Parts: sequence; C-alpha cells; structure tokens
Amino acid sequence: MERELGEDIRRIMREEETGLPEKEEGPQLFPGLTDEGIGSAIFDEEAYDEEGYDEEDDLLLIDEDLLEEPDGDAKEPAGRKRKKNGPYLFISIAFGILFLMLIGHLIYFHVKLKDNILNSPYNRRQNAQAEHITRGKIMSYDGMTLARTETDDEGNETRVYPYANEYAHVIGYTTHGKSGIESIANYELLTSHTNLIDQVIGEFRQKKSPGDTVVTTLNAGLMDAAYYALGDYRGAVVILDPKTGRILAMVSRPNFDPNTLAYVWDDMVADPSNSQLVNRATQGLYPPGSTFKIATALAYYRRYGSFEGFHYDCTGELTIDDLTVHCYKGAVHGEETLKDAFAHSCNTAFSEIGLMLGAQRLTAVADSLMFGEQMPTELYSSKSRWSLSTSSPDTELVQTAFGQGKTLVTPFHMALLVSAIANDGVLMKPYLIDHIENAGGRVISTKKPAAYRRLFSENEAGALTELMRAVVEEGSANELAWRSYGVAGKTGSAEYTKSDGSIGTHSWFVGFTNPDDPDLAIAVIAEDGGAGSTTAVPIASAIFRSYYGE
Amino acid sequence: MYLLTQIARFLFILFVFLFALMDYTYLLRKKEEKKKRLIGRQIRILYLMLFLAAVLILINDFSILNAFLLAGIFLYIGITLVAYRLIYPRASMLLVNNMLFLLLVGFIMIIRMDSSEALKQFVIAAAGTVVAFLIPVIIRKARFLPRLTWLYAAVGILALLGVFLLARMSGGAKLSISVMGITIQFSEIVKLTLVFFMAAKLSKDRSFRSVAVTAVIAAVHVLLLVLSTDLGTALVFFIAAIVMVYVATGRALYPAAGLVAGAAASVGAYHLFGHVRQRVTAFLDPFSVYDTSGYQIAQALFAIGAGGWFGTGYYLGKPNSIPVATKDFIFAAICEEFGAIYAIAVLLVSMSMYLLIVTISMELSNPFYRLVAIGLGTEYATQVFLTVGGVTKFIPMTGITLPLVSYGGSSVISTIAMLAIIQGLYVLRVDEARMEVMEEADS
Repeated sequence: MERELGEDIRRIMREEETGLPEKEEGPQLFPGLTDEGIGSAIFDEEAYDEEGYDEEDDLLLIDEDLLEEPDGDAKEPAGRKRKKNGPYLFISIAFGILFLMLIGHLIYFHVKLKDNILNSPYNRRQNAQAEHITRGKIMSYDGMTLARTETDDEGNETRVYPYANEYAHVIGYTTHGKSGIESIANYELLTSHTNLIDQVIGEFRQKKSPGDTVVTTLNAGLMDAAYYALGDYRGAVVILDPKTGRILAMVSRPNFDPNTLAYVWDDMVADPSNSQLVNRATQGLYPPGSTFKIATALAYYRRYGSFEGFHYDCTGELTIDDLTVHCYKGAVHGEETLKDAFAHSCNTAFSEIGLMLGAQRLTAVADSLMFGEQMPTELYSSKSRWSLSTSSPDTELVQTAFGQGKTLVTPFHMALLVSAIANDGVLMKPYLIDHIENAGGRVISTKKPAAYRRLFSENEAGALTELMRAVVEEGSANELAWRSYGVAGKTGSAEYTKSDGSIGTHSWFVGFTNPDDPDLAIAVIAEDGGAGSTTAVPIASAIFRSYYGE
Repeated sequence: MYLLTQIARFLFILFVFLFALMDYTYLLRKKEEKKKRLIGRQIRILYLMLFLAAVLILINDFSILNAFLLAGIFLYIGITLVAYRLIYPRASMLLVNNMLFLLLVGFIMIIRMDSSEALKQFVIAAAGTVVAFLIPVIIRKARFLPRLTWLYAAVGILALLGVFLLARMSGGAKLSISVMGITIQFSEIVKLTLVFFMAAKLSKDRSFRSVAVTAVIAAVHVLLLVLSTDLGTALVFFIAAIVMVYVATGRALYPAAGLVAGAAASVGAYHLFGHVRQRVTAFLDPFSVYDTSGYQIAQALFAIGAGGWFGTGYYLGKPNSIPVATKDFIFAAICEEFGAIYAIAVLLVSMSMYLLIVTISMELSNPFYRLVAIGLGTEYATQVFLTVGGVTKFIPMTGITLPLVSYGGSSVISTIAMLAIIQGLYVLRVDEARMEVMEEADS
C-alpha cells in the first residue's frame, strides 16, 4: 500500500513537472490527440488491475466517468477539467498521509511513550483504578512477601510491609505520595491480569480484582545480611549483579517503618534535621575518599597506556602551595609502584599523579564515568557532583585526585562503577523489577537485562581489576583475602567536617567478588565509621560470608 | 454493572470499527444496490450505539433530562434520515451517515460529562439541521453567489478586524454574537466567507495577478487571526487557501511557495509572539511548565494513557479531570473511556469524510462550486488534524475544536452548514451543466 502511494505521488510529480503544461496547451500542441488519448496519458491504466486498486484510484475512476461525458463548449476544452485531477489526487494523498501519521502517532504513544507519561509523579489519575483493583503484592526474587494489601470485613484496605524498616527505602510507601518500587511499579500494581472467569465471579460477588504481583530482583538473604551487617551505623549498602544489572540489595539507615508512616509523617516532616525518608543509597552525597583513586588511576592509564612507568617515594607528606597532604594516619609508604600506592591508598602518590595529569584529564575521566549525570534508575536519585575545572587551584586538584576536594558521589554511583569494572567495562542497566505475575502466578512480562553503556575498555577494566585485587591481597582490605571466591575492591576513608566543626571520617568499601566470573558488586558506606578497613570492610566481609555460606 | 460496562466497551469498539470499515468499502463498491445495503447497515449501527449508550447512561446517571435527551437524539437521527430521503433523494447518504455518526460520538461523550451542555448541543444541532435543509434551495435560487467576490472579502475582514480589536481590549476574548441564547463566533462565519471569496475570485481568473491578490486577502485574514491569538483558525485558513490555489491553478509552485512562506512566518511568529512560544514550550515538554501552559496537555496525555487500547469503560474514567474536556480536549476524553482503537476508528471516519468531500468536489463541473467544496472540506480536515494532533502532542496545541464531536454551538452550526452546502452542491450537480450554459448566456 505504501509503495503504491509512493508511486502515486511520484506519478503526480511527474505529471506536474511535465504533464500539466503540456495538457494546458494540449489542444494546440497535439491537435490530433483524442479524449481517450489524454485520458490514458494522465491515468496509469495499470492502476486499475485488481491488486493495485485502492480508494485513491476510485476517486480517479469517478472522474474518468465524468470525462466520458461530452462537453460541447469549444472555449473550455475537456482537458481543462482533467488537468485539475492531479491536484485532487495529490491533496487526497497528502491529507491521507497526515491522518495516517496521526493514527501512527497514537499507536506509537500507546506502545512506547505511555508508560513514561503514566508514571509521571503529576499523574493522580491511577488512583481511580484503585476503586476496582486491590493493589498487588511486592515479592523478593526468592519468594518473600515484601508488601501486600489486607482487606478487613468492612472492605477497608491496609498496606502491610512484613519486613517493616528493612526494606523501607527500596520498597517505599504509598501514604503521602509514593516512593521506591511502590512508585516505580504503581501502574503494574494497579493493573489486573486475572482470568476472565475470576473477574466475572468477582464482579457478581462485588469483589475487587486483585492487582498484579511485582517480583523484584531483591535477594532477601542478601538484604538481611546487608541490613544487619550495617548495624547501627548510618549509611547505605548497595549490591548488584554485575553481569545483569539486577539490584540484589539496597539498604539505607536511618530508616522508618512504612507500616506506621502515616501516624508519624507530620512529625517527621516537621523536623528539618530528620533524614529518615532519604534513601542514602541513591540520594546520599558523600565525599568518595580513596575510592575515587579508581578514577585517578584510570586517568593515568588512559594517559600512559599502562601503570608500569610510575614510581614514587612516599615520605608521608607532600606540600603544594599552602596545603600539606598527609597519608592516612601519618603512614609513610616509601618506594612504591602505582599498584602499591593504590593498594595502600597512598595520598601523596595520588597527589603527584593528579599534578602529572592536570584538571582537564581528570575531568574528562569523571565525565566518562557519569559524574554530573542522571543515574540510570527510576528511583529518586542524586547526581554525583564534580566541580574541578582548569581554573581550579592545584590544592583542589590534588585533593580531588585522592578523593577529597569538592567531589561528592552516591553509593549507588560507586556500585555501578565497580560493577562495570567487574563486567569487563560494560555497565548493565540496573533494574529492580524482575517480572510481573498475575495474582494466580502466571507470568505477564519479564524484564531482560540490557547493556547501558561501556564505561571502561576491556583493558582498562582488566588493569583496574588487578589494582583492586592487590588492595585485598596486600593492602587495606586484607581482611577479605584468602576467600574461596576471591574479592577485588577499594577502601576509602573520606574525611568530612561535622556540624560541630570537628573532622569525621566516613568508611567506604567498594568492590566485587569472584573477579573471574563476578557474582556481586558492592558499595558500602558507614557514616563516621572511621577508616575503610576498620568498618566498611568488615561489613562487606560479613555480607560475603553470609552469601557464600561460610 | 461493572461487567456490563466491560462488555459494552468492546461492543462500542466493534460498532465504530464496522462503521468506519463500511465507509471505505462504500468508496470501493460500484453497484448502487450494494451501496444502499451498506448505508442501511451503517444506520443500524448508529442505532445500536445509541441503544447501548442509552442503557449505560440511564443506569449510571438516571435523570429525566437524560431520558428525554436520549429520546430526542433517537428522533433526531430518524427524522434527519427520513427527511433527506424525502426532500433530497439524490443527496449523499454516506455524508449524512458520517455527520450523524460524528454527532452521536460527541453526544455520547458530552452527555456523560455535562448533561446541560449535551442539551444545548442537541438543540443547536437539531435547529442547525433544520436550517441546513434550506441551503440547497438557496444555492439553487441564488445564482448571484459566485459574483459576490468582494462582499465575501469585506465581510470576512471586517468580522476578523472586530475580533482583533475586541481581543486587544478584553485580553484574548473571541468576538461572538448571540442569537436566541446561541453564541456564534465570528471566525466560524469567516470560515465560509473566505472560502467563498477565494472560490469566486479563482474560478473567474487564474492569472498570476489574480492569485497574488487572492493570496494577499487570505494573508490578511490569517494575520488578523494570529494577532487575535487564534492560531488554530489561522492555520485552518492558511491550509485551505493553499489547497484552493493549488486546485484552481494546478501549479505545484504556488502551494510550495505558500508553504515556504508559511514556514518562514511561523518562525517569525515564534520569535515575535509570546503566546506562540508558550504553546511550543508546552508541546516540547509539558511537564517542565506543568503548573502553567503544560497543565492541559499533561492532563490530556494522562487521560489518553489511562484509556489504553480499549478504554477504561464508559463512566469508569475521569474525563472531567481534563480541562475543557467537552471542547478542545474531547478527543482525549474519548480516548480515555473508549480507548485508542475506538478513537482511531473515529479518525478513520473523519478521513473518509474528507475523501468523500474531495470525490464530490471532483464530480462537480462548475468551477466555483468545485472550489467551494474542496475549500470547505479542507477546512474540515485541517481542523481535525490540528485538534487531534494537538491533544495527542503530535503537534503543538492550537486550541481548536473537533468538528461535530466537540461541544460548541458555532462550531457545530458552521460544520453542519458546511456539509449542507456540499450536500446542496452534490444534489444540484446534475443541473450544473445547464446552469453553466445559462450563466455564460447571461454574461
């Protein structure tokens, strides 16, 4: 059909270019041409065979009938009328195409754009669905119910969260707006795919249809391990499967109990110092500390093509302008390679690298690693901040190079970076919803893993993995060495200024297990937890032990 | 009850789709008998739709007014169909069916949102249809119509000048006159006068000079409307003018130049006028200006999305949460409760209506009436494209109603009148040859 339309248009174009002027002066130029002759010149006879017949041709047909009528007026030859049919056909097709484009757009809207629009936080319309559909369940991948709706005898509905605080941020809430999976999958939870018979029976009993069940990628065992390993520390743990992008665990403390949120909401919101509602995993912005040395090392690798050429003699301190850089806790690392400096997290060596590379190269690397970019997740998330520029003083340059400076990152961002390193440089698009089932357990749709972007070349990923293995084997995360599954990672001890003016230290660990065939990518931050090796590494260690069943 | 609505929603989709399908098969059929049978089937579908809607309306929202209104619509459809057969047996019954179909689709949607608006719409449509029966007679008697060239131009420009001045004074209001409680917008009248002017001018003289003069007059119309912030109608006029020049002259150069000039003017308008920029911003990202100009379109998109392919079901959506849902955004309301497939069928009927008008225009031999028919038809098609495109965020919103479907007195009247004119031309097409000879004998 489209091909024919195209041909029709081309035919008209031809007519316009050549046919029309000819026809206008037809009687003079070709006095011998009969009516029939002109007719067949204008109308492609082939268009009338059975297959090629369509409504536009029909328009022509009617007109051809008209042409048969004799026209007695000598001054107005029949050709004058005939020449106008080209424009008619053209206009019919033009408007036909416009209408088909409208229809096409409407179809495209429903196939492609609809879900995004419907999930807009401005959309209050879905609540209308709730009158006919009971909000569906949210389950962990290993079959635990994380949220369900209970209906009492009078038909009052209560949303129940069996794990209370543990899943508070990632599952979210439905009172006072929505967050977490409750928000992301709102549409699915309020859509019912039960079979028609059940719907009919429910209709006669005046019962609501049960909404679909959302099965998440969350692993209840890992969630438990992460939640209890973090203990009373404020902070967050994010765990992903590097090969698929599945989010296996996401914990943030302090938290809240979504079961009772409605009662305490007003007090919570009234207290400005309260941050229980903030999902620190995706929204918390922290100085990266030494975990940023991954990026600085990458910048060096991109500049020089290998880590081999770097040697440095650490004396424990380095002075640039009015700033004196110390290694953490006054350590002196002596003669070292880049691998040694990375493993022992030597600040002075990385200050030197920062000076060697300059702000421009560091910024280029940060840009390629999604600093200042929206994170690829539907959860509420913060963009990591990068403020270094070529006009920044050297003092800021060196601080940025070893992870202090003004750079701020989210734990989720760090987890994505290490998961990309684990997956040979490719970041998989992180996701939280594995599949949707109807209330009876029949699978409606399944999410498939998809690559998001290549962040590192394969060589870069391999080189960085070597550095991160050294951190575990001989460096600051030595506690994780000699495990059957193997760990690569980086610790961080990020200094920050407390509200009372004193200096505190956030404890970081980022890394992944089983580097040859990666299982878990992890980011741990414990606020004010001291050095990475004293708090975050043991937290990660506890999680790994639980996961691998040691 | 919920179940009944669920079944009804698929029946509605089935009905409109069959109706649309018949529109197209009609164009392919050659035998009169088969055509007649199709027309009969379409009428049965119209009544089935009305019956189905009536059951749901009376269950969900019973009131004496609604009951009377439904009975009134029942009678209106019947009387219109019978009257056409009695008075104008040669009229295009397909055109009548399409008109009744679109009016019915509109009624079903409006009555569910606002019964009193539905009542007004019904009274206007009925009165308009009665008056429209006179139009073919007028066309037959009033042979001087093609000669009033400059009167049409004068009336059009004066009316729009009035609109413009009032818009300046009262800040964007549209000028209208009120006759017996029915307000008629001037721009709706000008829709007819502009087409008549262009048809009169171009049917007499197709020289470059004449085309240039026509273009200037048409441009004055368009400009006055742009200045009065009525962008939708301005575009309708613009497209109709281009199509008419093209059909009259057969030269592709004219419409091409027109479109280039139009594109340049649009860019100019974007930079010159704040209200144009606002619409474009709301089109590009309605959520960025959600609290102001993006609100309407965002609500419309939520509604269309909520409807999905099959709709939420009659009385199960929230079309009242869409601003001006019975007028500019009625297409979104239809999408919500009846679904995208139903809406697409309605679009297909609108498209067949245009193709039918083009066919009728081609069958006419009097050049003046040929141009009138194609001009009016193009105005109709442009209006449908602009309003549906705007509501679905395919193009920026231009604030225009869906002819025959939307609530709005003057729009319904002018569309019914427009169809009556085309109908009149169609009825008289046989006499035309004679008329032409007589006209030439006159001059």
